[in-house]
Amino acid sequence: MTVISHQQRIASLLGLGLLLTGVALIILGACVGSTGFESVGRAWSDPMSLLIVRDVRLPRTVGAWLAGALLGMAGAVAQGLFRNPLADPYLLGSASGASLGVALVLVLFGVSPFAAQWLVRLGLTGAAFVGAVGAVLLTLALAKGVQHTLRLLLAGVIVGVVLGAFSSLTMLMVPEVTQAMQAFILGSTGFVGWIACALMGGVWLFCMVVSWMFSHVLDGLSLGEATAASLGLPLAQLRAALVVVIALTTGTAVAQTGLIAFVGLAAPHLVRSVVKTKHARLILLSSLMGGALLMAADISARWLIAPQELPVGVLTAVLGGGYLLWLMHRSGGARPGAGA
Amino acid sequence: MKTVPFPNAIDARFISASLGHVQVLNNIDLSLPAGQWTSIVGPNGAGKSTLLKVLAGLLPHTGAVALLGQSLDTLPRRRRAQQLAWLGQNEIAGDDLTVWDVVMLGRLPHQAWLAAPSAVDHLAVEQSLRATQAWEWRSRSLGQLSGGQRQRVLLARALAVHAQVLLMDEPLANLDPPHQADWLCMVRALIAEGKTVVSVLHEISFALHADQMVVMANGCVTHQGACADTATHRALEAVFDRRIAVHSLGQQWVALPRN
Repeated sequence: MTVISHQQRIASLLGLGLLLTGVALIILGACVGSTGFESVGRAWSDPMSLLIVRDVRLPRTVGAWLAGALLGMAGAVAQGLFRNPLADPYLLGSASGASLGVALVLVLFGVSPFAAQWLVRLGLTGAAFVGAVGAVLLTLALAKGVQHTLRLLLAGVIVGVVLGAFSSLTMLMVPEVTQAMQAFILGSTGFVGWIACALMGGVWLFCMVVSWMFSHVLDGLSLGEATAASLGLPLAQLRAALVVVIALTTGTAVAQTGLIAFVGLAAPHLVRSVVKTKHARLILLSSLMGGALLMAADISARWLIAPQELPVGVLTAVLGGGYLLWLMHRSGGARPGAGA
Repeated sequence: MKTVPFPNAIDARFISASLGHVQVLNNIDLSLPAGQWTSIVGPNGAGKSTLLKVLAGLLPHTGAVALLGQSLDTLPRRRRAQQLAWLGQNEIAGDDLTVWDVVMLGRLPHQAWLAAPSAVDHLAVEQSLRATQAWEWRSRSLGQLSGGQRQRVLLARALAVHAQVLLMDEPLANLDPPHQADWLCMVRALIAEGKTVVSVLHEISFALHADQMVVMANGCVTHQGACADTATHRALEAVFDRRIAVHSLGQQWVALPRN
């Protein structure tokens, strides 16, 4: 038993470490921006500086954490549900579906993707959710289920490309939204306000509770579908609930920050490389990891070429792509069954 | 002979099942006696694994299956999972759970939703892990084990259910000879406790240790009878195109290739 609790201790330490990293990064994020570190020092005396720190830097920093946390959760749930270590909101096409949903709302209602009103944010999130659900279902239909890894990934890529093309077409036909959509497609936390943060926080809490409640299903599924069914788990219903969780987390993150790649893929892998644990803990830790990753990437994106800034989606795509390559190289190097 | 509340652990009537467009099981009628070990044998593609899945209620089929006198259609999922444990063949198991967590999954049918494992669950997991000599690896992840070690962990997972009826598909796969012998003792102990064991086996000499044998070919049952019965031996030789012969060796029956 002592060795079991050893893993639990590592998991707790990792969780604590990620939380502390998150807090440290939030403080750092409040200090980084085009007006420099001095804004923080002057915040108590200068109302302009206070405004910058309180209403620009803090919400986007917290927003980056929340969006990353949502994507990390989506990745962990998707990888468990589809029993596929490469499942991720992007590779399943759900992010492209979500962004198409957002693009259609922009065109139809003429709103800005960066509007800060409650109703607009909620509408965009709803559209992204519907788009994400549609895309996941389309991918699953094309792949004829989840058993075949390669087919699932190919179907996800196809759905992603086709839905992405529709988004581009929408943009092209309505030039007014082109520039706004461009920033959105590259992924940016630059327009996240407190309302978007509240929305993401609410969805995060709801989805975390739901996936925590159903995490034993993911544990069961890791032994194979038939074994999970033999354990008396009502797979069909629980699977539907978890697809909703994936779509809701992805949709909410995409509606606020645009397309930010690879966080959902990398976060669960990084957690698993540190600790072997059941899905209840894995999902929470992946979420904390995703938050820390995206917040760190966001701060780097703001700081690297300051006072200019990079779209954070570009940065995560480059870093995440490199990580994926390394992962492929590593698993390609190991012979099948070499673990024995 | 122990007395058991139901004469048959499993009653299957008019079972047909298809995988894709291929009919794999043709109108099978089968009764498996309670408190006994039945082995199912037959050539590759005879439908043995499919039959086992149907009996476990894991595959759509026509016809009716009753478990301990209750129809599988009306038996609640959870209740079925408590009474029947199923160990699959070549099931892809994730590498990231620890051995302990994997075996604890066998206790799911007994745990209330969201409840933490009880002392009984912990004890069941420990006993199962010790029974398959997998206790030492309890903190390792499944990915760190060899094929045979994995098989012993998955076997412990099925044992941990403490089900009345245990269905095992090729449980000896990847096991070395001493652990194959251990498996035999384990099954005998389960039968002595009054449990029912059904196993699909390719190791015919091991299968001949069972109480009953079901011989299958082309999606049909060609013979069912006691393992000591010469009629069973003849049916066994026939289904394998007389390429094997059953001999007696001491107290045991062995199947050897015929020259």
